[in-house]
Amino acid sequence: MSETVIHVEGLGKRYRVGERERYFALRDMLARAFTAPFRRKGTGRSDDYLWAMRGVSFDVSRGEVVGLIGRNGAGKTTLLKILSRITSPTEGFAEIHGRVGSLLEVGTGFHPELTGRENLYLSGAILGMRKSEIVRKFDEIVCFAGVERFIDTPLKHFSTGMQMRLAFAVAAHLEPEILLVDEVLAVGDLEFQKKCLGKMQDVSKSGRTIVFVSHQMNQIRRLCERVIWVDSGQVRLDGFAETVIGAYEQSSLLTSQPKQHELSLHESVSFSGWEVVRRRSSSSNVVAEGAGVVSISVRVLTREVIGHGRVAIVVYDSRGFLISGWSFDDLQLAPGEHDVHLSFSDLPLRPGAYSIYFSIHDDNQRNHNWTLVPALIIEGTPVTHFMDEWAGVLNIPCALETRDSSKVGSEVG
Amino acid sequence: MTAESFTPPIADPVVLRIAPPTDWFKPNLLELWESRELVYFFVWRDIKIRYKQTVIGAAWAVLQPFLTMLIFSLFFGKLAHIPSEGLPYPIFFYCALLPWMYFAASLQNATNTIVENQRLITKVYFPRLALPLASVLSGLVDFGISFLMFIVMMVYFGMRPSAGILWLPAFLLLAILTALGVGLWLSALNAVYRDVRYVVPFMVQFWMFASPVVYPSSLVPEKWRWLYGLNPMAGVIEGFRWSLAGHGSPPGRMLFVSSGVMILILLSGVAYFQKMETTIADVV
Repeated sequence: MSETVIHVEGLGKRYRVGERERYFALRDMLARAFTAPFRRKGTGRSDDYLWAMRGVSFDVSRGEVVGLIGRNGAGKTTLLKILSRITSPTEGFAEIHGRVGSLLEVGTGFHPELTGRENLYLSGAILGMRKSEIVRKFDEIVCFAGVERFIDTPLKHFSTGMQMRLAFAVAAHLEPEILLVDEVLAVGDLEFQKKCLGKMQDVSKSGRTIVFVSHQMNQIRRLCERVIWVDSGQVRLDGFAETVIGAYEQSSLLTSQPKQHELSLHESVSFSGWEVVRRRSSSSNVVAEGAGVVSISVRVLTREVIGHGRVAIVVYDSRGFLISGWSFDDLQLAPGEHDVHLSFSDLPLRPGAYSIYFSIHDDNQRNHNWTLVPALIIEGTPVTHFMDEWAGVLNIPCALETRDSSKVGSEVG
Repeated sequence: MTAESFTPPIADPVVLRIAPPTDWFKPNLLELWESRELVYFFVWRDIKIRYKQTVIGAAWAVLQPFLTMLIFSLFFGKLAHIPSEGLPYPIFFYCALLPWMYFAASLQNATNTIVENQRLITKVYFPRLALPLASVLSGLVDFGISFLMFIVMMVYFGMRPSAGILWLPAFLLLAILTALGVGLWLSALNAVYRDVRYVVPFMVQFWMFASPVVYPSSLVPEKWRWLYGLNPMAGVIEGFRWSLAGHGSPPGRMLFVSSGVMILILLSGVAYFQKMETTIADVV
């Protein structure tokens, strides 16, 4: 049914440790040449080598948009470099059906002394466009980049933003059957980023295959249906975008201790701890299930009487969107240690990580803020739209029912 | 919108297999041919950049050999009385400087091309051979400009080209392919061993004295002449003098030896470059 365009099997890449930074002096070469007959090929101490990637296998079908995620140094770029033939694998193989275009950097091949026009041609040719193709799309590219007025100015007089726009515009007009994109959308202003994402969506809708690396999960969410999580040079998880991103986010959250930012304008109040009361697993105090009562308990130490205080809690999602905030007036606390208990009868949030912003104010405007990043991980199953871009932030169950209303005398009014 | 409803217009999708490099000689000339537009763009870029922000621009292409010719005519000609066998000294030297300066510049450019395009190499794939090839080809424009100066000189000295000039493209081709062969070695070596770029200026200087640039090859004893032909540039320069100015004898055995050596250098250069190519992005 679906045709495989990228087939990767047991792919691995080994680097000599330090090789990437170092180049040899002739002296070393001579020394190696003389000792070469006494060495067997391929031998060497194993600790001289580092597997940047090993045993990676997967298939990509035509028209799929696959996101590659993982921590820095996990092997994402190595994988893209092998697939785009910049570097060769040490073991395993990959088969690619169709013309490949890769975009590992914005502005590859730009030269500051050349004009915008000249750079456009050069960059296009380097990225694999035919001259006739560049001529045909020239006006469109210039217009997309919005640099019409400067097109005959040397690139060195362009602002960084303009250079980036021109560079991406060229790349966005590539028409390979398979497009490999490293994290390049991180550049440019927000508006231009949106434009680029839109362009990439157009590309994917025209049936081309895209493999896309990003650290920005919302970009991945918008573009990809399938995500491959690469960890320590291996495929950790491969599947539906939301499942993999969720697992990745949880893993990166759980391995790092939640950060706490404390902003105190007054010494009278301080926070000493918090806990998600209705926790599911004992491994962490920050995991809760979305359905049912969720309570967050915050331990507060007060040194003075708070007469007319206010307590507030605000929840953000992992993208920094404000989900909701609550506040309670008439807080009265005597000096001492208190557990401030906040209960939500239901917290119908999509599974993922959330941050909490917690603050205590009193009537004299003295206040104390506490931000916990992240402080709450909601577990459960998403029950809303299957396409992430339509799912939103809430996870409210909804039932579907169909009734036949064509009969005469139906109750429907 | 889905994969099933849209089929990109591909007649026959080529299957590309990416696997660990094998050690045998496999120049992918078809791929290089398909990238000919890229080679053209590299050449075009080199030429555009070379004379950007210079005052007299491409006039340098004439001035360099012309001034060198004047100096040679003065010191090697008028003062040292090098035998030019009837040719005016300016013509004698300029005929040799035309291919020699092309050759020397090509070697310098080719040596640095991989390192200079390091960012490109680590960020995008293209047949790496395109880079040294372009650096050797871009020198031809300077060659062409300085050749115009030669025509002016011929008119000035009232000389007419003989039928031997029809051979000129063959000698030029020999010069190009020799420069490419040596350039492939140097560019690949310099990518790994940066010592190479310090060696190249000495090598070029030494090579010039091992070639008949400032003297006629007739100064070399007859019995060693064949050995002299092992230097392909000796064949090229003698060929230039003969075909442009009718100096010396038509190319014979020496040219065969030169061509043979050139082919050896070229093939070994391509092989070494191909071997390096697979790891170049990791070591450059």
